[in-house]
Amino acid sequence: MIERKDVEHVARLARLALSAAEIEKMREQLNGILAYIEKLNALATDDVEPTSHAVPMVNVMRDDAPGPCLPRDEALANAPDRAGEFFRVPRIIED
Amino acid sequence: MTDPTRLTAHELTDAFRSGAATPSAVTEAYLGRIAKLDGKVRAYLTVTDGRARAAAAASDARYRAGKPLGPLDGVPISYKDVLSTRGVKTTCGSRILESWVPPFDATVVTRLAAAGVVPLGKSNMDEFAMGSSTEHSAFQLTANPWDLARVPGGSSGGPAAAVAGDLAAISLGTDTGGSIRQPGAFCGIVGMKPTYGRVSRYGLVAFASSLDQIGPFAKDVRDAALVLRAIAGVDPADATSVDVPVPDYAASLGEGMRGLRVGVLEYDTAGMDPDVQRAVTAAIDVLKGLGATTQAVTLPTADHGLAAYYIIAPAEASSNLARYDGVKYGLRALGKDLIDMESRTRAAGFGAEVKRRIMLGTYALSSGYYDAYYGKAQKVRTLIRRDFDAAFEHVDVIVGPTTPGVAFKHGEKEDPLAMYLNDVFTVPANLSGNPGISVPCGFSTSDLPIGLHLVGRAFDEATILRVAYAYEQATTWRTRRPELA
Amino acid sequence: MTWEVVIGLEVHAELTTRTKMFCGCPTTFGASPNTQTCPICLGMPGTLPVINRRAIEFGVRTALAFNCRINTACRFARKHYYYPDMPKNFQISQYEEPLAEDGWLEIDVQGGTKRIGIQRLHMEEDVGKLIHDGTLETAPSSRVDFNRAGVPLMETVSKPELRSPEEAAAYLRAFRSVLMYLGVCDGNMEEGSMRCDANISLRRPGATELGTKVEIKNLNSFRNAQRALEFEVKRQAQALEAGEKIVQETRLFDADKGYTRSMRSKEYAHDYRYFPEPDLVPLKLEGAFVDGIRAALPELARAQQQRFVAQYGLPAYDAGILTQSRALAGYYEAAVSALAPGGSTASPASAKAVANWIMSELLRVVPGDDERAIAESPVPPAHLAGLIALIDDGTISGKIAKDVFEKMVRSREDARTIVQREGLTQVADTGAIAAIVDQVIAANPKAIADFKAGKTAAAKSLVGQVMKATQGKANPAIVNTLIEEKLAKV
Repeated sequence: MIERKDVEHVARLARLALSAAEIEKMREQLNGILAYIEKLNALATDDVEPTSHAVPMVNVMRDDAPGPCLPRDEALANAPDRAGEFFRVPRIIED
Repeated sequence: MTDPTRLTAHELTDAFRSGAATPSAVTEAYLGRIAKLDGKVRAYLTVTDGRARAAAAASDARYRAGKPLGPLDGVPISYKDVLSTRGVKTTCGSRILESWVPPFDATVVTRLAAAGVVPLGKSNMDEFAMGSSTEHSAFQLTANPWDLARVPGGSSGGPAAAVAGDLAAISLGTDTGGSIRQPGAFCGIVGMKPTYGRVSRYGLVAFASSLDQIGPFAKDVRDAALVLRAIAGVDPADATSVDVPVPDYAASLGEGMRGLRVGVLEYDTAGMDPDVQRAVTAAIDVLKGLGATTQAVTLPTADHGLAAYYIIAPAEASSNLARYDGVKYGLRALGKDLIDMESRTRAAGFGAEVKRRIMLGTYALSSGYYDAYYGKAQKVRTLIRRDFDAAFEHVDVIVGPTTPGVAFKHGEKEDPLAMYLNDVFTVPANLSGNPGISVPCGFSTSDLPIGLHLVGRAFDEATILRVAYAYEQATTWRTRRPELA
Repeated sequence: MTWEVVIGLEVHAELTTRTKMFCGCPTTFGASPNTQTCPICLGMPGTLPVINRRAIEFGVRTALAFNCRINTACRFARKHYYYPDMPKNFQISQYEEPLAEDGWLEIDVQGGTKRIGIQRLHMEEDVGKLIHDGTLETAPSSRVDFNRAGVPLMETVSKPELRSPEEAAAYLRAFRSVLMYLGVCDGNMEEGSMRCDANISLRRPGATELGTKVEIKNLNSFRNAQRALEFEVKRQAQALEAGEKIVQETRLFDADKGYTRSMRSKEYAHDYRYFPEPDLVPLKLEGAFVDGIRAALPELARAQQQRFVAQYGLPAYDAGILTQSRALAGYYEAAVSALAPGGSTASPASAKAVANWIMSELLRVVPGDDERAIAESPVPPAHLAGLIALIDDGTISGKIAKDVFEKMVRSREDARTIVQREGLTQVADTGAIAAIVDQVIAANPKAIADFKAGKTAAAKSLVGQVMKATQGKANPAIVNTLIEEKLAKV
């Protein structure tokens, strides 16, 4: 099932810093849950369409009409690091 | 007069109309009770007494002028802290949003404000609505008013405990896998999940977008019907809300059971609390006595509902929670660069259950696994819908237990899988979109509440409310209250 | 060694809808940072997207203009990756069910035309803007402006059927022209309304398998696209000839230095974890919705260019310039029909005259691809036609007309008003001109002597003096004729 390196890979994808102990615990728990989920394989679903929406609707759209914008101060009110008119973030290293 | 905090919303508004009570006096009574008792229950994360008093005063004036806004004008309400309230912290039970103050209201909050409700505050929940006990809140442990050593259920444990403990007249929760109905059952009150798309999700902080719905907790079925009417209806801000007319649910409550066909759910009793089984069987007899015909109903794929749910919900959650990265709002941890900052922020801001589901969901959606997991689970959803549709060819409502057991003790269910099994009866209706309601149907030998679960056809909330009402009026469970002093 | 160059282009075009793809914020460029945002495009908790119908119409319109097949089942999907310019850390885009597929665009290549296949066209939302406090490599921090986040973006992927950097530039030009003609994008590459990424690989002529492709990102002009690709062709050819393998990677073009350089290579490719967007229901694009858009498609530049050649007898060069924008082509046709007497068709001479005036005079004051500038031109089509009519009927000379044009630009008045007010009417009275010719001849014995000695240029100076004496108003044809006659008699 899931190996340690899989957990590390998924943690990177999910931007979660996990300690070594957490990774091991996560591995065990995820494997347990995935084992439970295996029971889905007992169901025959080859010719079944997936349900992405409980209610089958199509073409819900809106007019190209303007709506209210937030004043800048409100947009930035919860910013952890505000630099004048901008949100500021720490140094970006291309991953 | 009776302690107003014991009254239902409709009893309160009757009193407001007759002048026997005023919204401000009732609001003070509730605020007083919260101050006195919420230390034990810990239902509230934030009490908005200033806003409550202002709303109550405005309601007073309307009643004096003979112009109340409707059947909920002046009624004190609590909102699960996953619902956006402008200018009021909305934490979702999480450290990562501990100081997040939304600059907008959820649509349901706007609609209820327009109905004249008095907002008492925001109530506790499992972090990001992931849980069945409210033990996963980052902030506090909510107690079940019936036994303070036990959980109120989850994830909407706070709003449920508030209504059960008479710390609010009504409240709003959210239900993704059973998070209204299960706490409703554990707390001995009415808890309802509408049809998916019945109520706007705009302003509901998303957990699993294709499953989440907002619904009422209430002291009786009539109150639930009144709240549902006030919040239901299509919303241009929610493209998944459905444009179907909203009936006057309260008006049709008294239509009775005659001619209604009740489907009795056949389920695996292994692991069930026998008290729950007994209570549910007795409840079905009551329904028969009221004129319903009954037949057995099976939902063959429902057994697999939990497994499908535990792929779909975490997958969608892993996506919905990607935005919490310390960039624009919420917690930000220190880091040597952006990625480090984001990873540490999320590690510090999310609790163990949320992390677990994000990891599970990310894995399920990752390259090579989509078809086997998410794709497969979406197909199982179709099978579950077909099961419900087939059943509803022969019956008008499906009846069974809301939960396999009664409220457990804090700390009793540490294994995630054991916790997940709480939702086995409620989850199928989330996957199919059908509406469901839990109504009190008795007590265990340990004096803990038991809930009866009713599921109806899509957009046929009127029928399940009607059945729930008939059952409620034929029994006296709601007169028994927890001893909270 | 010869190599076959294989190029595919991905173009991202910002649509000129009034509001963003999923919310009602405006899309105008250049606003003060973070003033065109709302809870939805900021990705605040609890918000939901709703599709902008006009953006879909623009997408369908474009897909039809590119001869694509519109997919009846069309769905949005979430594309996940973390970057601070993406508020939700996923982009609402399209994956398995894009809006349209399998179209083509015709381009001019040396010696003819060529059809370049279009693989797919899909809709998505744009991201915000990052400003690095330094260079990307050294900045200790960056700042984010979310004004652009959520602007509707249409992504078009060509098939890898371009065979040279020149063809790539031609494709981009033709592509941009179509988008501007359709009115769906303003084509402003400096402002980032249209952005291009290229994929390029080399292979032996006749080979069927593709070589290793290199992606070049964010080419912000046709010229830079061509230069970047030319550099890549050389770089890859050199490497292959030296027996090296081409690394599959993403490179950036340094416009100042003229070369492409590698972005730091990724350890692993992005795992976008696509799944259907649960907050949006699918689109079913068919029937009246699509038919209505198809019926309203305007004539595109290439077709218009060909029609101008056939209908107005213009050289292809002229037709090309006049159809650089729908607005300019419209201006041209309005001016020509204003010249044609009462509902009849204009003469080829008129059609050419209008073309000449636009190309040599109007385009000096009005940019030919600026729709608004043309609409607000100080010289509207009817005025231009009026000016040319005054030349045709002899009221003014061509030379005077140029001055009148300058005055028309400054004052926005029509030609006749200016000519009358300033008394610029050409003198065509042969008798009056003859009198002046006599005076000039009498006053210039040396010029006469030179002329008789064989210096025919002397006649020109006499013409010049007559024109000067009449403040340029004498009909030049008459002056020339009279001087010729009189000199012959002297």
